[in-house]
Amino acid sequence: MYRYDCLDRLLVDQRVAEYRDQLRRYQAGALSEDEFRPLRLRNGLYMQRHAPMLRVAIPYGLLSAVQLRRLAYIARRYDRGYGHFTTRQNIQFNWVRLEETGDILAALAEVEMHAIQTSGNCVRNITSDEFAGIAPDELVDPRAFAEILRQWSTFHPEFNWLPRKFKIAINGAREDRAATAFHDIGLQLVHAPDGALGFRVLVGGGMGRTPMVGSVIRDFLPWRHFLTYVESILRVYNLHGRRDNIFKARIKILVRALGVVQFARQVEAEFAATIDGPATLTDEELARVQASFAPPAYGQAEETALPVAEPAFARWVSRSVKPHRVPGYRAVVLSLKPTGVAPGDVTDAQLDRVADLSERYGFGQVRVSHEQNLILPDVRVDRLHALWCEAKGAGLATPNIGLLTDIIACPGGDFCSLANAKSIPLAQAIQRRFDDLDYLHDLGEIDLNISGCMNSCGHHHVGHIGILGVDKDGDEWYQVSIGGADGSAASGGRNVIGRIIGPSFAQEQVPDVVARLIETYVDLRHDAEPFIDTVERVGPTPFKENVYRHIEPAQRSGREAAGVNAGASAAQRKHQHELT
Amino acid sequence: MSGVSTLQAARVLTRDGVFTDDSWPLVAPDAEVPDTDAVLLPLAAYLSQPQSAACGVWLAPTDEPAALAPYLGSVPIVAVHFPKFADGRGYSLAHLIRRLGFAGDLRAVGEVLIDQLFMLRRVGFSSFVLRADQDENDARAALTRYSDAYQGAYDLPLPAYRCGRRVQAVS
Repeated sequence: MYRYDCLDRLLVDQRVAEYRDQLRRYQAGALSEDEFRPLRLRNGLYMQRHAPMLRVAIPYGLLSAVQLRRLAYIARRYDRGYGHFTTRQNIQFNWVRLEETGDILAALAEVEMHAIQTSGNCVRNITSDEFAGIAPDELVDPRAFAEILRQWSTFHPEFNWLPRKFKIAINGAREDRAATAFHDIGLQLVHAPDGALGFRVLVGGGMGRTPMVGSVIRDFLPWRHFLTYVESILRVYNLHGRRDNIFKARIKILVRALGVVQFARQVEAEFAATIDGPATLTDEELARVQASFAPPAYGQAEETALPVAEPAFARWVSRSVKPHRVPGYRAVVLSLKPTGVAPGDVTDAQLDRVADLSERYGFGQVRVSHEQNLILPDVRVDRLHALWCEAKGAGLATPNIGLLTDIIACPGGDFCSLANAKSIPLAQAIQRRFDDLDYLHDLGEIDLNISGCMNSCGHHHVGHIGILGVDKDGDEWYQVSIGGADGSAASGGRNVIGRIIGPSFAQEQVPDVVARLIETYVDLRHDAEPFIDTVERVGPTPFKENVYRHIEPAQRSGREAAGVNAGASAAQRKHQHELT
Repeated sequence: MSGVSTLQAARVLTRDGVFTDDSWPLVAPDAEVPDTDAVLLPLAAYLSQPQSAACGVWLAPTDEPAALAPYLGSVPIVAVHFPKFADGRGYSLAHLIRRLGFAGDLRAVGEVLIDQLFMLRRVGFSSFVLRADQDENDARAALTRYSDAYQGAYDLPLPAYRCGRRVQAVS
């Protein structure tokens, strides 16, 4: 993986010094609350319900064993012994102390990590395919481009004060495992008919209160111009994106207001004025960065047969073991979704354990998926059984990857000051309701995503079943949607924003609602047809009817049924500057 | 227009970290154009009258720098107004003004705070009128907060990797 050189090191060290100085001036009263807020946010620090929260960047989801151990240490030393992996491949610590944040950032810098631009109205952590470099369906490894983009966007002087946050995802495989259509910019590596390498560029996708599928503004962009092109997009957005209304400030609103054609025209004009400028990427620089992603020293591994006599092992293999481009190797997904644990949460001991496993069953590397699980990327087939035994002991081998209980959820109202409603107890109630493994495996792949508010950190819009916490007169309610799809193979390669089925429900009703949706699917599916395909084929009506025939929403409201009430709650308005 | 100071003197910080009294008062958009030359006129007023070589101009975030192109060889100073410190349009305006070839003094005015200085300098600003309460020592230090950068900008046009500033550290 990428290792820091003297410049990378210098910049993170100087960042820590800058942050310490800003904290000092804040504590001395020289920086007001309003002036310090955007500065701390650009270092990942939020003021949450109970304590400050620190979001640490994990660029495109790659971690070394050394870094994992440092995260474990931070969880132990500065937090309450655990951390939370997010849907943007980062990790959050929920119980840090403001006065220790400088020390935490310094501890991160020592292992080539930081919290730079993990919040604030700037370019955020670049996300990518968690199977980059090992997936059999990969066209080009996206990691070098992701790293080059990380460096370019770090402290970019022109784009540190954008109208709103800005998220970029890069995918290099046939399957879109990075949800590129739901990012401000989505970059898909492609080959031109003549074999030249470049990107298809999508812009204006996103979730939040105005969910939109991104639009292609360029079918082919030669790779050496990709920074110049991203710069052109950002300049048009920085100058013309709305700043009068925080809820209309994302680039998708600008793209919609101008129309894709007009927006693309402005970007192309800016691109034409700057093409072949200093941002043009060179062969040497690409090669330099690519060298740090060279494949590890794979051995000659046999494609040995797995012991199938053990049903529990076979079940785990069927869910957690993923194909690898090198014969005799597999990628293994460690589930952070056992019943009863907040989705994405890990303890310090588990982090240490995963670090150990990554060294003994691989090359000391781990990936974080946007589904909030961890991946050991290079496990020999003949060692899968031994790994399974150890992972079970660490509580990391729940065989539910991709299934209904592999729930994506934000921290919700238990922690987040923006949330309308809690996510974690709901996720746990659903997991408890569906704890029969045979039944779960029979249901097949279903994405169930929960967000505690419209900011959509839990990606509810693209859940096959999506659940959104809404606020109604201070009470917590949940709006349910179906048919969302994030572009992955499990979503049939489609990009769809889920449709709301009707009035929202009280928390205790939601597991029953999910059960009725599942019941409808089981009744209507053809053979092995996945849930999302059944929804696509029959539409939402049969699901809706079955749910509301049996479950009376505790309180009906026409406004809210139309999705109107999913607007800003009092809590959100109060904390609108803190928005994720 | 709120937030736009009118004819008053202010301390000016140069990109080299020196405080001077080289102040160019801003004329508000709705104010009468004064008799004196050493002022910064709003863009519309600047364009609508015969330009005096001694007169400067200031841009609001919504102004179009291309309109200034014919005058960038002669205007002594261009200022960009930041109505709020979090309004980042002025950074792109600075880029465009420099790209149009302006080599004179480019000044940041309005709500200019210490923690903006480093990036303002990078995109091409050469002087700054800080908000009155900003500490002068902290401001000077902030100008050189970072001793290097990844990407090219006005101050260092080429990215670091093209200038031999990337040396693999021994780990």
